[in-house]
Amino acid sequence: MHLAYPAVLAALLFCVGLYGVLARRNAILVLMSVELMLNAVNLNLVAFDVWLRDTLHSGQALTLFTIAIAAAEIGIGLAIVLAVYRNRGTSDIDRLRDTAETDEAERLPDTAEADGAEIDGAETAPGRADGKAGKTKKAEATT
Amino acid sequence: MTTTTLAALVPLLPFLGALAGLAVGRTAPGFVRPLAILPTLTAAVLAVLVAVRQGGGRAIDAATQLTPTGSVPIDLALHLDGFAVLVAVLVTVVATCVQLYSTAYLRDDARYPSYAALVSLFTSAMLLVVYSGDLMVLLVGWEIMGICSYFLVGHYWETPEARAASLKAFLVTKLGDVPFLIGLFALAADTGSFRITRILAAVANGGLEHPTLIALLLLAGVAGKSAQFPLHTWLPDAMAGPTPVSALIHAATMVAAGIYFVARLLPVFAASGAALVVLAVMAAVTMIGSGLAALAQDDIKRVLAYSTIGQLGYMSGALAVGDRGAAVFHLISHGAFKAVLFLAAGVVIHAAGTNSLAAMSRMSGLARRIPDAYWTMTVALLALAAIPPFAGFFSKEAVLVAAEHTALGDRTVAPAAAGWTILIAGLLAAVLTASYAVRLWLLAFRGRGAEVPDHGKQPLAMTSVLWILAVPTIGFGLTAGLLGDWFDGHELTPSLTTAVLSTGITLVGGLVTYGAWRHTTALAARTPIGAVAAHPGAEPALVEAEAMTSHTAVYGTIADAPDPADPGRLLLGPLHRHAVTGFHLDALYTALFVRPVRAAARLVRFLDREVVDTYVNGTGSVTRLLGTAVRRAQTGNVQTYVSALLAGSLALAIAAVVFANVNAGS
Amino acid sequence: MLHTAPSLLASAAGDHPGFLSPSGVEIAFLLVGLATLGAAVITVTTRQLVHAALWLVVALGGLAVEYLLLTAEFIAWVQVLIYVGSIVVLLLFGLMLTRAPIGRSPDADSGNRWVALGVALASAAALAWVVVDAFRTTWIDLDGPVQGSTAVTGAFLFRNWVLPFEALSVLLLAALVGAIVLSRKRDTDTSTGTSTGTGTGTTSRPGTPGKEAQR
Repeated sequence: MHLAYPAVLAALLFCVGLYGVLARRNAILVLMSVELMLNAVNLNLVAFDVWLRDTLHSGQALTLFTIAIAAAEIGIGLAIVLAVYRNRGTSDIDRLRDTAETDEAERLPDTAEADGAEIDGAETAPGRADGKAGKTKKAEATT
Repeated sequence: MTTTTLAALVPLLPFLGALAGLAVGRTAPGFVRPLAILPTLTAAVLAVLVAVRQGGGRAIDAATQLTPTGSVPIDLALHLDGFAVLVAVLVTVVATCVQLYSTAYLRDDARYPSYAALVSLFTSAMLLVVYSGDLMVLLVGWEIMGICSYFLVGHYWETPEARAASLKAFLVTKLGDVPFLIGLFALAADTGSFRITRILAAVANGGLEHPTLIALLLLAGVAGKSAQFPLHTWLPDAMAGPTPVSALIHAATMVAAGIYFVARLLPVFAASGAALVVLAVMAAVTMIGSGLAALAQDDIKRVLAYSTIGQLGYMSGALAVGDRGAAVFHLISHGAFKAVLFLAAGVVIHAAGTNSLAAMSRMSGLARRIPDAYWTMTVALLALAAIPPFAGFFSKEAVLVAAEHTALGDRTVAPAAAGWTILIAGLLAAVLTASYAVRLWLLAFRGRGAEVPDHGKQPLAMTSVLWILAVPTIGFGLTAGLLGDWFDGHELTPSLTTAVLSTGITLVGGLVTYGAWRHTTALAARTPIGAVAAHPGAEPALVEAEAMTSHTAVYGTIADAPDPADPGRLLLGPLHRHAVTGFHLDALYTALFVRPVRAAARLVRFLDREVVDTYVNGTGSVTRLLGTAVRRAQTGNVQTYVSALLAGSLALAIAAVVFANVNAGS
Repeated sequence: MLHTAPSLLASAAGDHPGFLSPSGVEIAFLLVGLATLGAAVITVTTRQLVHAALWLVVALGGLAVEYLLLTAEFIAWVQVLIYVGSIVVLLLFGLMLTRAPIGRSPDADSGNRWVALGVALASAAALAWVVVDAFRTTWIDLDGPVQGSTAVTGAFLFRNWVLPFEALSVLLLAALVGAIVLSRKRDTDTSTGTSTGTGTGTTSRPGTPGKEAQR
């Protein structure tokens, strides 16, 4: 079998995952895209391992490790997403913009913070409107 | 104590007095007056002692070097010859009198402590100039005098006249000081020393390479300091200072510094005939021009100021013909009688409540009200007009004799042209001097009209010093026979020809003025002129300041009054209009210097505001714009950041691959 | 790089059959690969979040088949077990816990999508070009001794890779602890009063993110 097939497939899969990471709004979808990228790498590792006939089979060993690490990563990642969601009421990546430079920040740091809080609050309100208000309340109380 | 130690103490005591006066002026006002008078008085006594010990013999030289100063050493040197000790006596005596006078004249002045300290500092600086045997040390005193005169002339800085006058005095004298400094350096470069003795020795050996250049450069500084044409314009305006300051600075000491300096370095100037001719022309123009201007002034102090310029012209004339004995003789006698004139004028202004001669001519009884000032001023005016046997006669005769000898070829120090110039100009100026002296006396003391208001008895401190100074005014001239030994050894006694000639034309000038006054005085009653009165009973200094302010307010100018009864107006005829303004020299300077400087300043301001600031502001706004643009990139959106990161690394990777291919293919 | 790689692989390059006459394995690989790629593309483009997770299952399953085709059978089963069995389930739970909307959500893609598309296409082109240029003459010999069976995998894993394997277990433990710590509910004060929590969605929340982050 040509090595080009798995290599090109891996490259394309990687780029699809890349697109997902860059374009998706929901943090969990971004995590899925990361999984796609990891799998593309795994495919590469396996293909080259088979091609090279490495006596140590480092490619396959690394694939296994990657899978394990991916499992760990997804666990931690989901925990983080959940924590963020509890704090902010959203898991949309492009709303987590506390580090943004604003014009207000240049004038007066305090007012900028207050403005940001207002916007944030206005945007998070619909998220809580979906129901489970009590849970949100609890989640906030824990933060 | 040796003579040297005594001489060193003479400038030091007023200096310490000035320091102490400044230090305790606010905390202990009771000490200010003793601290002002006693050091100066002690210095006067010591100066007399030094003069007696020196006795007109050989010059005493003493020098100590504080620190090595490179190729041209600067020494703390004393050079005590007959000129130095006598001028020092004059300076200290006049300074003591002025300090005494000031205690009464500025008795309620809030700034008296600083004033007295500055007068002491000024005296000390002048004494440094007089005694110093090193030109650099002399220059220190010279410049301290400049800054002190700035402060003292501007004592009434509340009035715009005083502010303008002090600035003008400072700038004009500095204008002369710049070439003066260059001249000093050139002199030191030529002779290799700043010591006066070494310079004179080098000059005697013909070691001067550029005598004319050096002499002319030095003359510029002398003209600025001694108020010679064309740098004399600051002196009449400097009358905006208090009267004792005028007496001290602008009659007896500071303006004498220039003359004294030339007298000290006369061989340097005598090495260049051209410089002497220039000095002679300068002196002649100064004498005649100031005489005409003095005849037209309305302010009593401005008349005296122009007369000072004229008398300084006589001294310059004596120097131009190479007779420094006559010059310093006239300097000393002029210092005495001009101090009397100024101090008496202060009393007159206080008593009359005005400084305007036109207003005084419409008051009667001024002479009865202030008999001390009347008599001393009369004596001093006679001395000024060179009537024998007063001091001015002998000293002026000494100048004229020297000029006559030079003109006739008996003296060969200076070119005959210089002698003729000085002789003719001196005789012409003698007429003018007599004329304005008589005019001043008549207008001030022979006025007709309302009784002069009573401003109380004049303080003893003010009247007593007038009599003290009147003694040398009357008697100093009689010492002319002895003084020759103290100076260069020339005869200073008058010769018959010039004595008769000059006294004769002086009398003519006086009588013509008297006639003119008789003719015009009838007009005085018909044209009343606003009497310029001030607060009676206030301290004299305040009265004077108010008089000056109101003079400008009433007449529109500080120099002139629209008085048809003025004999000067009749005598001068069409010249009067020009003479009042000092022959428009100020207007000329305004056109030549002030306006271009102002235009340049406006240009600089424009360039600074519109051009330089544009760049400065542009730097700021460009940085702000860049900052705003960069801030736009900081969206806080992680995906944007990662996109940019990946796009960048992709571009780098592609570039690496492409370049690897290109390199491998080549 | 592109020119050195073929020379390195020249030994295997001499007798490969070429792309125009694919073998059966290649055809199968190609078809499954296309399906995998399609599933991946749908995963990253669909507007229904749960569907995205399900399409991810298809993509990961397709990859497992590819591993099988590459004779790495142990990895294929691990892929199925761990990815499809646990990770996707975890993701679904995450979607559920964050109350992801069921059905089409119009804002699944952020405003960055066009930039992302450009970057992704450009990198795809660059990678594909480089990879094809480098490996178009390389042939994988799938015959010969078996490489990816459980026995072989166990042998090399526990013979050569024991230490990293054990280290990995520590990493997994750390991840476990970390996940628990992150998602644990901290019962601190309830008197902050920063939220009304009525669920009406009309009240905005006072306070600042900074303050909440500090708590």
